Amino acid sequence: MSNFSSIAYYIPELILVILILSVIVIDLIPSLQDLKFPVAFIGLGLLALALNLSHGVKASIFMDLIVVDPFSHFFKWIFVLATASILLVSRYSVEVEEENHVEYISLMLMILLGLFLMASSTNLLMIYLAIELVSIPSYILAGMKKNDRASNEASLKYVIFGSFASGLMLFGLSWLYGISGSTNILDIHAALLTNGNQFLVYMSLMMIMVGFGYKISMAPFHYWTPDVYEGSPTPVTAFFSIGPKAAGFAILIRVLYTIFTNDGSLNATSPLYDVNWTLIFAVLAAITMTIGNFLALHQENVKRLLAFSSISHVGFMLIAFTVIGTEALTALLFYLVIYFFMTLSAFIIAIFIKNKLDTDTIDGWKGLAIRNPLISAFMVISLVSLAGLPPTAGFVGKFYLLAVLFRAKTFYWLAVVAILNSIVSLYYYFKIIKSMYFLNEEEEVSSEPLEVNPYVKWTAILFSAQTLLFYFYWTPLIEFINRSLSFWNS
Amino acid sequence: MDSMILTLLIFLPVFGAVAMLPAAKIVGKDNPNIFKWIALVITGLQLLLAVVLYMGFDSTLSVSTSPYTVQLDWIKHFNIQYFVGVDGLSMPMVLLTALLSFLSIGISWNITKQPLGYFALFLLLDAGMMGVFLSLDFFLFYVFWEVMLLPMYFLIGMWGGPQRHYAAIKFFLFTLFGSVLMLLGMLALYFYSDPHTFNLITLIQTASSIDATLWGMDMRYLIWFALFIGFAIKVPVFPFHTWLPLAHVEAPTAISVILAGVLLKMGTYGLLRISYPLLPGEVINFAYILAFLGVINILWGAVNAIAQIDMKKMIAYSSVSHMGYVLLGMAAVVSTNDGGAQAGLNGAVMQMFNHGTITAMLFMLVGVIYEKAHHRYIFYPDDYKDPALAGKPGFGGIGAQMPVFTAFVAFAFFAGLGLPALSGFISEALCFIGGFSVFRTLTIIGTLGILLNAVYFLRAYQHVFLGPLNEKYKDYTDMSTMDLAIVVPLAVIVLFLGVYPAPLVDMIAPSLDALIQIIQSAF
Repeated sequence: MSNFSSIAYYIPELILVILILSVIVIDLIPSLQDLKFPVAFIGLGLLALALNLSHGVKASIFMDLIVVDPFSHFFKWIFVLATASILLVSRYSVEVEEENHVEYISLMLMILLGLFLMASSTNLLMIYLAIELVSIPSYILAGMKKNDRASNEASLKYVIFGSFASGLMLFGLSWLYGISGSTNILDIHAALLTNGNQFLVYMSLMMIMVGFGYKISMAPFHYWTPDVYEGSPTPVTAFFSIGPKAAGFAILIRVLYTIFTNDGSLNATSPLYDVNWTLIFAVLAAITMTIGNFLALHQENVKRLLAFSSISHVGFMLIAFTVIGTEALTALLFYLVIYFFMTLSAFIIAIFIKNKLDTDTIDGWKGLAIRNPLISAFMVISLVSLAGLPPTAGFVGKFYLLAVLFRAKTFYWLAVVAILNSIVSLYYYFKIIKSMYFLNEEEEVSSEPLEVNPYVKWTAILFSAQTLLFYFYWTPLIEFINRSLSFWNS
Repeated sequence: MDSMILTLLIFLPVFGAVAMLPAAKIVGKDNPNIFKWIALVITGLQLLLAVVLYMGFDSTLSVSTSPYTVQLDWIKHFNIQYFVGVDGLSMPMVLLTALLSFLSIGISWNITKQPLGYFALFLLLDAGMMGVFLSLDFFLFYVFWEVMLLPMYFLIGMWGGPQRHYAAIKFFLFTLFGSVLMLLGMLALYFYSDPHTFNLITLIQTASSIDATLWGMDMRYLIWFALFIGFAIKVPVFPFHTWLPLAHVEAPTAISVILAGVLLKMGTYGLLRISYPLLPGEVINFAYILAFLGVINILWGAVNAIAQIDMKKMIAYSSVSHMGYVLLGMAAVVSTNDGGAQAGLNGAVMQMFNHGTITAMLFMLVGVIYEKAHHRYIFYPDDYKDPALAGKPGFGGIGAQMPVFTAFVAFAFFAGLGLPALSGFISEALCFIGGFSVFRTLTIIGTLGILLNAVYFLRAYQHVFLGPLNEKYKDYTDMSTMDLAIVVPLAVIVLFLGVYPAPLVDMIAPSLDALIQIIQSAF
């Protein structure tokens, strides 16, 4: 589609661009400075409206650089919801200084734009640009606490790991271009079907996976995660743990299913020739979840613990790539939604604790159950969901992912590894619960009530409540995901 | 009304737990007693419903023809149903759960630490237990099975004894290990059966035709194994029993009653409800090992109980021993002798019920003395914090001081060691009769357990209640009316079923005959 006629399909992104500019402009006008957050929320509201109106549209726009389809649409919803909720709690976070608000908001929105592009790119160059558009503002956000050494370290680590990973990925992309002579992933698939060989495909796949694996913090490319998560301001950590990860999965699914399968679409049934990437993913899934879980066991810092737990959840989600088919993707997307709710609610509560008590160690949470029973109860729900126990949606998510293996009757060893891991994870999630609820007789803790900002409180409650809601009745969510599982060309 | 009763049984406690929140807002601040009253009323209603259910219960009807059965779609995408029903196997368990829950509220009457949390969690636990016994859809069963873990974790960890934190997480990790294996078994059953279903009644027909191998092993064998571990941890069967003494001892009295009285039965109930009818061929292959493990349980539990100086721990180990009888009786289902299978299986289910009532009595009575003395030592340990007391008898001569209490303890101890005319005798005897018809040597070794049971019960009785009165306890008063109100109904049931077990047998026998039919036809 030509550039001009594409614009009609590009309205959400355009709204976002205008929003970013207007936030910056508003900050220059002294009398309007207090309106930054309201404007951002109004803009995100308009964005959501535009997204809602473009429901079900399928088109390839800007000369096939990006596409609009239900699949990218699904992820855009996650991104918008994540950004909006994080901005809401950031406004009340002590870690984001008042004077940095404009940079904070605009960088966050720029990442959002990058995430939108990541979910919808179908061109290698566009993929690369989108990933960089997400990464570069992320580096800055990680270092937002200028005078904090941990934050500086987080930023620097993120830059170094990020550049290395994108360098390797770019190399892999250039191999694909070299084989096929095109940067469009559909053309590449067609070219690979006619010429190309297994070795070349393996090599390029491996190097691309470095880039994507780094974004979703898949082992062995996860080393940046704990330090970056710990050093960044907590709201930024919360955003990193869901936004870029979901986008990484979006792009991984699109590239894998378009380039590296026999059919080049979601109807695929087997890998391209005999490139056995399902086995690779099975091994990586097992390693990722095991590393994440075992390293989480000894963490005393809640943010680090949640960082490792997010790694283990990624390992769990990678199970979906061991089987090719839409049932596997349904399970993955379902888990992503659940993961979104449970992780964000846990992080929002962590932000609240950080605001109030200026601590992020597990011991610092001691006696929270007495000081704020409501928030503690909802933290328990989130943690139980993260551990994957009924009656929470975390269990349903795990159930779906395990069912993927059983339906395809493959990789049973991975199912065993996965369930053993879920026992390990229980132990460290319950360390937090233990700290909140269980006290020894001789321990003295303050029982002074902790007041919560109502916005923070209700966001946390709403998100935790989702994990209960989707447990008791998840049919609508599954139907929505099934409708969303459709590329523009299928 | 008939179709509502099971749903009410399960969800009434949930309603009660939720109702406590507004109650806490309105009157809770000035009147913390409101929570135990809510819990009492709710469990009382539940007991009433269970009795109503029992009145209208016809043991000859199968679940598919029973008027109480409810079958509704829950999640179509996975063919998961809200499918609850009651038959001869679940009926005694439902009665036991309702009765013990009600009495446990009475036992918890003096809880003052955060009553809202305690009673709300207790009711959720109650709902989970009821759900497990009434579910006929494997997914639903699993959900209720897991739902119990969380309240139990908090109840042990917040209201328990000195080592409660460790006991709570150990309990949780052990049972979770079992249940995740069960989850794998459940998924395998679903995807290998045709049509895919979690319906436990349909699976009886389809599961036995599963024909696949994995890692060189038969798929049905693997499923049996996964389910068995899951259930065995709950029972608990010998190498998996280590969570039990700790959890039982650290838990508050009412929770020990629930743990020993109801939760342990879930393991054997799960085997009888799921593993037995679905995988009869594997039951036959595995029966000898099951009987072997049962005998180990009987002896190991009893020997350990003898070594205990803490009365509660002794009773906890006696539970391990008594659950061994159940396993032995269950294994006897493969008996080809006339009536052997019937005796074994009936004995096992009766023992499940009887052990529930007897052990509840034992824990409750130990709780009474603990309330007064704040310790439960038959002998103080050698490294006791007060060196003057180390190694000395903990009590002595209580019998003269508290005659009524002593009488009930004697009654409960004798019921525990299987004295004729008390209910434990009949079920234990039936388990041995069943076991003897197939596993002759094993059963003979197992009967040693009866002797060992007598050793620890009588030894405890002698050192605590007989002999000269320990001066420390001379101003102790006897049981309160509240304590009597709790223990008398249990004692009446134990005595009644010991003299006249027919109501219990009539309730369970037809369902168990059907089960025996399924297993025997798999030979």
